Amino acid sequence: MSTADSARQLWEADATKILVVLAAIYATYLLSGLVLGYSLRGQLNSIASLTFYIGVFATLALALNLHWGYTGLFNIGVVGFMAVGIYVMAFVSKPLYGSGGAAQVGGLGLPIPVGILAGMVAAALLGFVVALPALRLRADYLAIVTIAMSEIVRFTFLSSTFQQFQVPHTLAGDWTRVGFGGGSGLILDFPDPLLALIDVLGLSTVYDGLVGLVGTVVPNNPDPIVHSLVYGLVLLGVVAGYFWLLKRTGESPFGRVLKAIREDEDVARALGKNTGRFKITSFMLGCALMGLVGILWLMGQGAVTPNFFRPRLTFFVWIALIIGGAGSNTGSVAGGAIFAAVLYQGPLYFQNLVTSVFQPGDAPGSFGPAVAPLIANFDPVPFLLYTLDSVRQLQLVVMGVVLIWLMHNRPEGMLGHRKETAAAIPLVGRSEQGERTDADAVGTDPTPAGDASGGERDE
Amino acid sequence: MSDADAGADAQGRSRPEVTDTPLRVEGMSKHFGGITAVDGATFEVERGTLTGLIGPNGAGKSTTFNLITGMLTPDAGTVSFEGEDITGLEPYEIADRGLVRTFQIARELQEMTVLENMMLAPKGQRGERLWRSVLPVARRDVVDQETELLDRVWEILEFFEIEHLAEEYAGNLSGGQRKLLEMARALLTDPDVLLLDEPFAGVNPTLERRLLDHIHELRDRGYTFLLVEHDMDLIMENCRHVVVMHQGRILTEGTPEKVKADEEVIEAYLGGDV
Amino acid sequence: MGFTESFTGPWRLTADRVLAAVFVAVGLLFLVDLFWGLLISGSISFSRLGSLAWDGLMRGLVIGLAGIGLSMTYSILNFANFSHGDYITSGAFAGWATTYLLAGLGRADVGSLLLVGAGGSVLGGALDIGVTTTPVAVVAGIVVAGVATVLLALGLDRVVYEPIRSESGITLLITSIGVAFALRYLIQFVFGSDVRGTTAAGSIPQLQLYFVDGVVRIDAHDVTLLAVTVGLMLGVHVLLQTTKLGKAMRAMSDDEDLARITGIPTERVVRATWIIGGGLTGISGYVFVLWKGTLGFNDGWLLLLLIFAAVILGGIGSIYGAIAGGLIIGVTASVSVLWIPSAFSRAAAFVVMIVILLVRPQGLFSGRSTA
Repeated sequence: MSTADSARQLWEADATKILVVLAAIYATYLLSGLVLGYSLRGQLNSIASLTFYIGVFATLALALNLHWGYTGLFNIGVVGFMAVGIYVMAFVSKPLYGSGGAAQVGGLGLPIPVGILAGMVAAALLGFVVALPALRLRADYLAIVTIAMSEIVRFTFLSSTFQQFQVPHTLAGDWTRVGFGGGSGLILDFPDPLLALIDVLGLSTVYDGLVGLVGTVVPNNPDPIVHSLVYGLVLLGVVAGYFWLLKRTGESPFGRVLKAIREDEDVARALGKNTGRFKITSFMLGCALMGLVGILWLMGQGAVTPNFFRPRLTFFVWIALIIGGAGSNTGSVAGGAIFAAVLYQGPLYFQNLVTSVFQPGDAPGSFGPAVAPLIANFDPVPFLLYTLDSVRQLQLVVMGVVLIWLMHNRPEGMLGHRKETAAAIPLVGRSEQGERTDADAVGTDPTPAGDASGGERDE
Repeated sequence: MSDADAGADAQGRSRPEVTDTPLRVEGMSKHFGGITAVDGATFEVERGTLTGLIGPNGAGKSTTFNLITGMLTPDAGTVSFEGEDITGLEPYEIADRGLVRTFQIARELQEMTVLENMMLAPKGQRGERLWRSVLPVARRDVVDQETELLDRVWEILEFFEIEHLAEEYAGNLSGGQRKLLEMARALLTDPDVLLLDEPFAGVNPTLERRLLDHIHELRDRGYTFLLVEHDMDLIMENCRHVVVMHQGRILTEGTPEKVKADEEVIEAYLGGDV
Repeated sequence: MGFTESFTGPWRLTADRVLAAVFVAVGLLFLVDLFWGLLISGSISFSRLGSLAWDGLMRGLVIGLAGIGLSMTYSILNFANFSHGDYITSGAFAGWATTYLLAGLGRADVGSLLLVGAGGSVLGGALDIGVTTTPVAVVAGIVVAGVATVLLALGLDRVVYEPIRSESGITLLITSIGVAFALRYLIQFVFGSDVRGTTAAGSIPQLQLYFVDGVVRIDAHDVTLLAVTVGLMLGVHVLLQTTKLGKAMRAMSDDEDLARITGIPTERVVRATWIIGGGLTGISGYVFVLWKGTLGFNDGWLLLLLIFAAVILGGIGSIYGAIAGGLIIGVTASVSVLWIPSAFSRAAAFVVMIVILLVRPQGLFSGRSTA
């Protein structure tokens, strides 16, 4: 058996892994909800938000994988690119000031797709500016530059200087009031993007039908449930798209040079590769993808505030990537899903469950009153309540410990090292070349990316 | 690409219109802090020959290599290749012009298979443009070119008799096999002049013989070689022209016979740490 | 990295020069504008500049002192420690718990004091804390802040860093992010998320120095900060210059393998690094809180990037570089408000760091390791 064949099998096993992981996650959520008597509405809502977070973290992990796993660029400024994505998108697509609504500032009033494109381009351009020093700096210096950049971005959107200002919006020289809203945030008052998309695709009747269907089981206001479920599905579609794009990038001469850069940049240069160009291209593409996730994450939320983009969100993405294993796209998706389900949503879900089932009383307001009864008369209840109430902080402690544990025990992540072949055609033994093409189910299309996405859908 | 093509390629290489010394180094110097690693080195490499660069440890041979190939920038002097001043160009620009090096410690890309290593090397790969590799229609072109390249890769692997290792990860190869891989990979960049940095270090005698045979055969096909070597006898037996370095300076150069007779060389080697 | 770093092409060389020239020109422009504002147009008063510079000096000393520890671990253990900021916070909380306890014993319950008044149970102002009003509590706090951070640093090294000592700097960096998360949010879990006032702002003796056209105010806590940080910096200087330990540290930051071969007990040097670095870091956290009068679980993390900027600016491994870098970063951040909105003062410090990285990646004081 050739390496390529076994690699293929490995890939298939990996695809299975993703599905098993996802199935396990959903089953656990549904079952625990069922056992503890969650309402159907609650179940559907938790599934929708779970799907949402799986979607955003998987896409972010994939984009980061392009930077770190493929190219070896240590980017810890992920939030900066996300912020630029959504803010520029809002700037372009918010309706003009004074066209009604409560918004303090307007935008340029251009269509949403234009805004999305502009957001991605802006994120890529910021990536270009940051990648210039990346060409010559050590990995850890780039880390510090990127995180400093993400903070500069956050300060910029926070500052009152750019809260509102005037820009010309017609050739005639009419000025309009725009801005980033400062610390109080920016209202995203463009039409609902999901409904607009459904409209464009001509699927409105299908969507309405779905609302009606869900309405038969959840009679009271089914609309938001359907909306968030469908949005989650769209995000999973985006995950598939990112996966396809990155797999295709990796399995190409371009990806081969990236792989070589990551292993030994001097060798790539000695072989005549302008490694700087490859690094910049890869970095910009990843940044654009991060910008898009920023847009997808927030454009349906009604508003955006700069402090959403604190550096810890970047580290969440890193944890997701490391769980799955840097270098592997499959690992990135699995890592994103596991992070979202277990570390990000899990503790809150657990808190919700416990609270709704046991209906505990009020937790003590601080650590002192929480431990005092424990020490004085071995009463653990206040401490447990405080712990439950502090899940949001403790989950970050857990994340930190998980990260340390991973670096000690599984630095290469769950799925191990990347074994994907960096070529646009299968690199197999010469004698087997002929047989392989015949035996291959998709023989007419020799691109592995073709089978990849196909394989995923088949499963 | 067929054998006939490869032959035509080799013929095309002997360009009569350019000079017979594709590589010239003139007055090249490099200092690190207070230490002068290379001190006014001047020499030439003649087309279609094996030129040996020898000298004791610390003579400045590897620094000379790094200066020629753009890994380092000389403090003074020039490097010219095919009549063009290439001093201080980026390494990839120099490699792109047909002056390609290998490394002293074979630097194979460990987590890439032998085939991936080889496929990396060729110039003018369309798929190195991201959009071509990603966009559906353009990718067909890329796939076609990859198929062609793979054929060429097989030819060269067979030439070096390492085709049985094709699917092995480069990290699993033996030291000698890595040297073969590196030379094969460098050859795929379609070079005119190959700079080999101690290609025989840590290679067993049988493999050393094989490597030498390959080098001679390639030279016969029109390739030019500059070899850095530690082993004086090996250079004397195989090179037509020998350059001797000592303490950063060119001690002497000429035919092996002339060099062998040189008092200073004997002094440097016997007095040195070899 | 090897070749990659030493590599320079002609294009790059000229681009470097152009870049450097542009930055120098921009710097000169600011200077000219400053002199113009001070002397000719009078739009900037000397006393305002003086106050800002003094404020920057104070911040710079804290950043510099904490930066020494970061720079030492960076060069000797070869990784950028992202948990360094939370060592600062840990030291500050340990020290301030002690100060609260000593200053408030008998006036509030021990638990509230040890938790530094978590949830608003005790107020620092109500305890009348200050270097003149409760000097013993402050001095004890300083000592405990140092000792506790040393113990924390050694403990974490044993559990977290020692097992992966031989791994790459990036592995250690990522691990330190995990440590930072765990520490910061454990502190939040125990001490709460509120930012509390720690000193009795009204009762700190203050000096009004007349400075050309107005006054620059300097209070007792400014002086304490100055004395403690400068004293410790001098102490480290003497320690590293005159002892065998200092020599061993220099050797190790230059080349660890060589140091090991030549028989320098590397593990002992590592321990000494954590002890010195941790101690200075904890104390810097304490005096920072004493000076600014507030304490929150995020304090150290917010300082961390500025400290990194200082260390990179000065050149990794050089303690003088860290101090000088700290002063530059501190003064830049404070004085920059003369030109830009104060929301961007930290951004200005980062920009200075990025500029230095572009023009002189080895830092201002490179080539002189550790001492």
